[in-house]
Amino acid sequence: MELTLWTYEGPPHVGAMRIATSMEGVHYVLHAPQGDTYADLLFTMIERRDRRPPVTYTTFQARDLGGDTAELVKRSIADAVTRFRPEALLVGESCTAELIQDQPGALAAGMDLGGIPMVSLELPAYSKKENWGAAETFYQLVRGLLRSQVPAPGQAKPDPARWRQEGRRPSVNLLGPSLLGFRCRDDVAEITALLQQHGIDLNVVAPLGARAADLQRLPLADVNVCLYPEVAAPACSWLQRSFGMPMVKTVPIGIGATIEFLRELHTVLDLELSEDQLNEAHSRLPWYSRSVDSTYLTGKRVFIFADATHAIAAARIASQELGFEVVGLGSYSREQAREVRAAAADLGLEALITDDYLEVEKAMAEAAPELVLGTQMERHSAKRLGIPCAVISSPLHVQDVPARRSPQMGWEGANVIFDSWVHPLMMGLEEHLIGMFRHDFEFVDGHRSHLGDSAPAHGAAAEGRAGIAAVAEPVPESLAAAVDGPVEALWTADGEAELARIPFFVRGKVRRNTERFARERGLRQIDAEALYDAKAHFSR
Amino acid sequence: MGGSTLTPATVEAASSDPAPVIRENGQREVFCGLTSIVWLHRRMPDAFFLVVGSRTCAHLIQSAAGVMIFAEPRFGTAILGERDLAGLADANEELDRLVADLLERRPEIRTLFLVGSCPSEVIKLDLGRAAERLTTRLQGRVRVLNYSGSGIETTFTQGEDQALLALTPLLPSLPPSPAAAERAQELLIVGTLADAVEDRLVLLFERMGIPVVRSLPPRRSTELPPVGPGSRVLLAQPFLSDTARALQRRGAQLIQAPFPYGVEGSRMWMEAAAAAFDLAPEAVAAVLDPLVERGRRALEPHRQELAGRRLFLMPDSQMEIPLARFLSRECGMELVEVGTPYLDRQLMAADLALLPPGTQLSEGQDVDRQLQRLRQAGPDLVVCGLGLANPLEAEGIATKWSIELVFSPIHGCDQAGDLAELFARSLRRRGRLHFH
Repeated sequence: MELTLWTYEGPPHVGAMRIATSMEGVHYVLHAPQGDTYADLLFTMIERRDRRPPVTYTTFQARDLGGDTAELVKRSIADAVTRFRPEALLVGESCTAELIQDQPGALAAGMDLGGIPMVSLELPAYSKKENWGAAETFYQLVRGLLRSQVPAPGQAKPDPARWRQEGRRPSVNLLGPSLLGFRCRDDVAEITALLQQHGIDLNVVAPLGARAADLQRLPLADVNVCLYPEVAAPACSWLQRSFGMPMVKTVPIGIGATIEFLRELHTVLDLELSEDQLNEAHSRLPWYSRSVDSTYLTGKRVFIFADATHAIAAARIASQELGFEVVGLGSYSREQAREVRAAAADLGLEALITDDYLEVEKAMAEAAPELVLGTQMERHSAKRLGIPCAVISSPLHVQDVPARRSPQMGWEGANVIFDSWVHPLMMGLEEHLIGMFRHDFEFVDGHRSHLGDSAPAHGAAAEGRAGIAAVAEPVPESLAAAVDGPVEALWTADGEAELARIPFFVRGKVRRNTERFARERGLRQIDAEALYDAKAHFSR
Repeated sequence: MGGSTLTPATVEAASSDPAPVIRENGQREVFCGLTSIVWLHRRMPDAFFLVVGSRTCAHLIQSAAGVMIFAEPRFGTAILGERDLAGLADANEELDRLVADLLERRPEIRTLFLVGSCPSEVIKLDLGRAAERLTTRLQGRVRVLNYSGSGIETTFTQGEDQALLALTPLLPSLPPSPAAAERAQELLIVGTLADAVEDRLVLLFERMGIPVVRSLPPRRSTELPPVGPGSRVLLAQPFLSDTARALQRRGAQLIQAPFPYGVEGSRMWMEAAAAAFDLAPEAVAAVLDPLVERGRRALEPHRQELAGRRLFLMPDSQMEIPLARFLSRECGMELVEVGTPYLDRQLMAADLALLPPGTQLSEGQDVDRQLQRLRQAGPDLVVCGLGLANPLEAEGIATKWSIELVFSPIHGCDQAGDLAELFARSLRRRGRLHFH
């Protein structure tokens, strides 16, 4: 049993829903109790989908448990097939249904579905999570739909450069983009355009926008590009093992990674790549980063926590392409923990692999960063700690699905990243100035509204929420929780005054260090002198 | 609890023209009772709601709440793992450990609700016994209660009913009045209200001459109101069937009234309370008349927008019937279908009696069939859950999401205008938008 307040990932069947909803013509029959339909709103609200997810829930209740829930499953499958006429059917169960063991997949296998391909999903809800569920579902679907095409063992692997003999352009599959993934829609557009510039055709993008028939065409491509390993790694490995299709593993987020991706892809395809095609001028990031205005970015302390793909990419961009100092790196993706640990080790750090956001918040507070790159959870933690933050990964909020095209991958993705990581810092600098001049009459309380905490409410609904918010919400509890131990020494007025002169983004750390210093020396009071003593002690 | 919450009350309203009811038992697009935690935990800041369930439960509450800015939320999920499922004794030990950790970190917590979920119900984890055991262990410091918010037993707002029901055995007994045991002594408003709305209503009742007005749930979980034969219970929310019956068993009398939505509903609700205390009608009118007059004025611009428009309510929050009454009688809307997750005719009697004759009701849901009826009817406005709102808007059908209604201050004459505005806004917005 584990205590969870907020979670980074949903249960594995939500991962399966992401695959079904990302695709066209696929329907998912989910044996689940009343209430599990909440998952629909992830898609209709966060992604603003204009259609209900293609999911039929059995929504059983207590009174059904006494009767025949297996019959309910069969009726739901039959109704879904008649009503939605899917091209492929997924059948599975959520956590509660797993306990009552109706085995919906086996029930479906015994039914006449009119020849519709059916994939039974077994997603252990008590040990696995959303991304694993998405990856497993995509893999099972690919495998199920391609089963009859798998070449006999021992047959020669296709040559990825066969496009030349066949007198056509090379072609690839982009695997992994899905709904509720971070900026997948825009990344696909960006990478498609990039491939086009290099004379490479797109065979299939999946799961996003693909139909069952498209998955059956996957082996026609020369290479699989594993864009999001969280979702596509098992399917890509299986395609490599069973069909001999090579997989390109570099995820093209950032300038260095985009160049490396192009090199890897061209090498595998035996396609020529001129240095001009790798010219970094394709993106503005390198020049923006070199320009004098960016000098103030030097050595900015950055804390990174995200899914593995985005965390690893962010660490590389932050340290190499923006000149930041990465002071913390971690991920909730246990499946890719090894890769994250390696990336952290390269930066002389120990990776934080956890799905406890409070642990992340604590690490964040201790690292005293000037910028946080994280998920929606870190955005909230950073806000509480008063640190600017840019969201770089799922889990998402509706604001992370912007109307404008805003990729993370390729040349344009690097531009987007420069803007979206640097702008919060500008805000941070502004905040610093406000702190410095806070005694001036212009900077009375309430002037900081652009930071969001005290943004004015509009309209009746907002007032309604404000009305509820009036219920005394204790102030930063977790901040207090994040600070270690009781504080014995008292700050004197001149100590506090001196502390207030210290820039806000290191103030918390200075306060903690000074208190530790005072504790270790048994000081009763912390005055300005003690603060300077502590400063000298820690700067050694 | 158990089956009683699922079976609709059998007491039929004494209406001569019972509204026709479509009863359906297919896919239900409703939240489970765990969702109530989202507003309950804000009402009682010294209470913690610990769901004993799965990752799905945690994800549900998080998604329903949106990603809100809580320093650290006063709710969480004890996620069952494979090890817990293997042996139940182990699960109890794990729960004790986890509760000890939690309370150590949150010393301000006075009441801990262990909230049952679908998985905990199915594996028959006895949270009642766990609550007793923990209460004994934490003697004097924290009270541990339990209820089920599972989807197999409760829908959406029924979670509040079960939470309040769990509190009722702890309510102190109201000492009988020396004059007569049955005399009305105190008014007990039951159901979570926004604090500002509650303050306002209490003030008005006191102005009318009701001696003592109390609330359940209270603002502090330890300040529980007394209950007894001198209590008159006034339900502020239409989803508290089990709590109402439990309070009646403690001797309290239930005041029959429509629910306090709109000017008319709020007026009748307050008048019914006044009548239970034998207050002088002039004193009541002196308080209510100016409110009613002002409320109608506030309502008028929205009534003009809503009048004659056709309304379809999908079953979701259990507030559908009283809302339909308000929107048809005070805003002039035409009711196409009024869905409700379950129909409690006793609790809804006053509102049902005020619905236009022949109003089509539906109980339960088969969502695809209901959507088919909806598309055929082509209503001007649909009240529905968040999972359906954008897809219906994309089909060109205006919607109002029902979850907003449980978060917004909508009760009382003073809020009638705001309540109507929530519905009118959806239509007004469509009127404003032009792209070519």
